[in-house]
Amino acid sequence: MIDALGSPSSLLLVGGTSDIAVATARRYLAERPLRIVLAARDTPRRGVVADELKAAGGTVEVVDFDADDASSPARMVAAAAAGGDVDVAVVAFGLLGDADQLRTEPAAVAQLAQVNYVAPTVVGTELANLMRRQGHGVIVALSSVAGERPRASNFVYGSTKAGLDAFYSGLADSLVGSGVSVLVVRPGFVRSKMTEGIDDAPLATTPEAVAEAIVAGIRKGRHTVWVPGAMRWVMSGLRHTPRAVFRKLPI
Amino acid sequence: MPDTTTDAPRVPLVGWGRTAPTIAALTPVHDDDDVRAAVLAASGRGVVARGLARSYGDAAQNAGGTVLDMTAAARVLHADLETGLVDVEAGVSLDELMNQFVPQGFFVPVTPGTRLVTVGGAIAADIHGKNHHVAGSFSQHVRWIDLLTADGQVRRISPGSDAELFWATAGGMGLTGVILRAQVQMKAIESSRCLVDTDRTEDLDSLMTLLTETDHLYEYSVAWIDTLAKGRRMGRSVVTRGRFARLDELPAKRRADPLKYHGSVKASVPDVFPPGLLNLATVAAFNELWYRKAPKRKRDQLQSIPTFFHPLDAVGGWNRIYGPRGFVQYQVTVPFGQEEAMREVLDRLSSFGTASFLAVLKRFGPGNPGMLSYPSPGWTLALDIPVMKGLAGLLDSLDEVVIAAGGRTYLAKDSRVRPETFEKMYDRLDDFRAVRKRVDPEGVFTSDLARRLAL
Repeated sequence: MIDALGSPSSLLLVGGTSDIAVATARRYLAERPLRIVLAARDTPRRGVVADELKAAGGTVEVVDFDADDASSPARMVAAAAAGGDVDVAVVAFGLLGDADQLRTEPAAVAQLAQVNYVAPTVVGTELANLMRRQGHGVIVALSSVAGERPRASNFVYGSTKAGLDAFYSGLADSLVGSGVSVLVVRPGFVRSKMTEGIDDAPLATTPEAVAEAIVAGIRKGRHTVWVPGAMRWVMSGLRHTPRAVFRKLPI
Repeated sequence: MPDTTTDAPRVPLVGWGRTAPTIAALTPVHDDDDVRAAVLAASGRGVVARGLARSYGDAAQNAGGTVLDMTAAARVLHADLETGLVDVEAGVSLDELMNQFVPQGFFVPVTPGTRLVTVGGAIAADIHGKNHHVAGSFSQHVRWIDLLTADGQVRRISPGSDAELFWATAGGMGLTGVILRAQVQMKAIESSRCLVDTDRTEDLDSLMTLLTETDHLYEYSVAWIDTLAKGRRMGRSVVTRGRFARLDELPAKRRADPLKYHGSVKASVPDVFPPGLLNLATVAAFNELWYRKAPKRKRDQLQSIPTFFHPLDAVGGWNRIYGPRGFVQYQVTVPFGQEEAMREVLDRLSSFGTASFLAVLKRFGPGNPGMLSYPSPGWTLALDIPVMKGLAGLLDSLDEVVIAAGGRTYLAKDSRVRPETFEKMYDRLDDFRAVRKRVDPEGVFTSDLARRLAL
C-alpha cells in the first residue's frame, strides 16, 4: 500500500536496469526499505542491479521481461503480482536508436516502434488491469520532451514517445474513479547509459533528478511532471514556433 | 474472475485524515444474514467492516475488496436500567447511546474526543478516553461480543469464553471477524454536568509534575499543549480535569432536570478549504489566543458533556480545514520513566514548524490483555499534522525514539508507520497472528492497514 505520506511498500521496475529505474529505487530506499521487482531481460547487468538494490536495503525479486516478445508483458505482470500488491510501477524501458539508421531502414523503425511504443502500451494495459483489481496503485510512464514536437534529428524516437505519451495520458483519464493513477514523466536530455557519447543538450538533467521528480510527483498526486521543470515552458515555446523557424533551429 | 461477487458500488474510501484513498465495494449490511452472505462471497481481496470512519488512516479501507457499511445496523436491543447493561448492534454510535441513556442516568463507560464512533469501532480500536487512568479502555466495559468469523458462524465471545479471541478482537482492528453485537456496561451518573478544574502550566516539566501528582484525584483528565511554543515555554498547556457532578452539587435551577442532554453538531466546515490557509502565522495566533483565554487556575466549573468531552464535535467535518492533501495524526505512548523521550518527540515536532493546533497529552493507567490494544502505563501524546514535505522522514525518525523508549503507536490513528517498526512496538503481535490463523486461516478479513503493516 502507498501510505498517507506517499511512501509505497512495493515498486515494480519494468526495464529495471535503466538508469532512471535504478535511481528511483535508490531514492525510495534512501527513506525506507521496500519490495522491489526488477523486470528486465536476463543479463549480467540485471544481476548487478539486483545486488546493488539488495545492498541498499531492498527486498529484490527478479522477473523476466523482453519488450520484443508479445507474450512477455502478461507473464511479467502476473509474476510481479504473485508476491503481493504492486503499489508503484515504473515503465522505464526504451531505446534511443541510431538516428542515421532509422532514417533509411524500415526494420530498425519497426523495432524501435515495438520497443518504445507497442510494448509499453501492452504493459500499460496489463498494469491497469492488475491495479484496477487491486483498487489502488500508480503507474509511472517515462515519456520524453522529444515526443512533444518531433524534430528532424531524432523524429522516429520522438514519434514513439509521442505515441507512448498519448497512450498513458489517455489511460490516466480512463482510470479516474478506479483508485489507480498515472504519472507521465517528460524528461529532457538525461545523462545516462542511453545517451552515452552524445553531447549534452540544453537543460540536461540526471537520472537522480528524474527519480526525485517521480517520487515528489507521486507524493503530490501529480499526473504530469517535466524534468527539469523549466522544460515545460521551453517545449511550450517550441511547440508554437512556426515550422519554417523550428526546422532551422540547431536542436 | 469478477473483482467482487457483490453488486455494491465500487467507491473511493478514505479515513478521517483524508489521505490515501482506495477503491472498494461498499456494501451496506442490515442483519447477520447480510454480513454472512458478504463474508462468504468475498473475493480474494477480502472484507473489513467500517463504522463512522473516524480512524484517521486506512483501517476501514480495503482496496479492491469489500467494505461492510455497519451503520445500518444500529439498534439498541435491550437495556437494563438497574444494572446499566445495554445490548447493542455494532453500528450504534456513542452519540446515540448518549442521546438515549444520559437522560436516564447513564453515560458511556469510555468516550474518545468524538462521540461519532460506533460501538463496533470502539471495540475494534479498543478506544480510550480521559478516564483511562481510572477506568481503562472501552473493551474492559464490554461483557460479550457476537463475532461473525470467516466460516460464517456467529460466536459469542467474552473474557471468560474464548478469551484469546476476545482479546484479539478487542483492539484487533476488525481483522478477526465482524463484530455484530455487544453488551456494554454503562456508567451511572446523577447529572449530565461535569465539575471541571482548569490549570495552566508554563512548560512541559510543570505539566508532567502536575499530572503525576494530582491526576488520581480526578476521574477525567487531559492536557492540551501548544505545540508552537518553543524553548523555555515548550509544552505550555491547559489542563482540564473533572468528574460528573452529583445532584446536590448542581445549582438549584438545574436540579429539576439534572440529566438534560443535547448533543448536536452546530456548524459544518465547507468542503472548499484552500490548502495553506492554516499556516504558521494563523495557527500560532489561534494557539496564543487559546492559551491566554484559559484561566490560570479555576475550580469546580460546571460544563456540559459536549463542552468537556467533545469540543470538536460542535463543528461538523472539521477534518476539511487541513485542505485537500489531508493530514495525519501522530499518536504515541512511552512508559513512565521515559519522559525524556516524550520531550524529544515534542521538541522535534515543535522545531519542525508544522502548523499544528494543539497536542493532547495524557497519563495512561494499566493496560489490558488486548493483543493489539494501544494503552499501556505511561504518557500518550497525540497531534494532527497537515501533510507536508519532509514529514515522512521526520515521523520515521520519531518512531525510532519511541521504540528505543519501549513505546508504541496507535493503530486507530496510524496511516504511515513502517511494518518493521510496528513489529517492534507490540510484543503480542505473534499471539494476534496465531488467533487470526485459527479463526481465519484463509485471511478473509483484511484491510489496507493490514496489508500495509503485514499484520
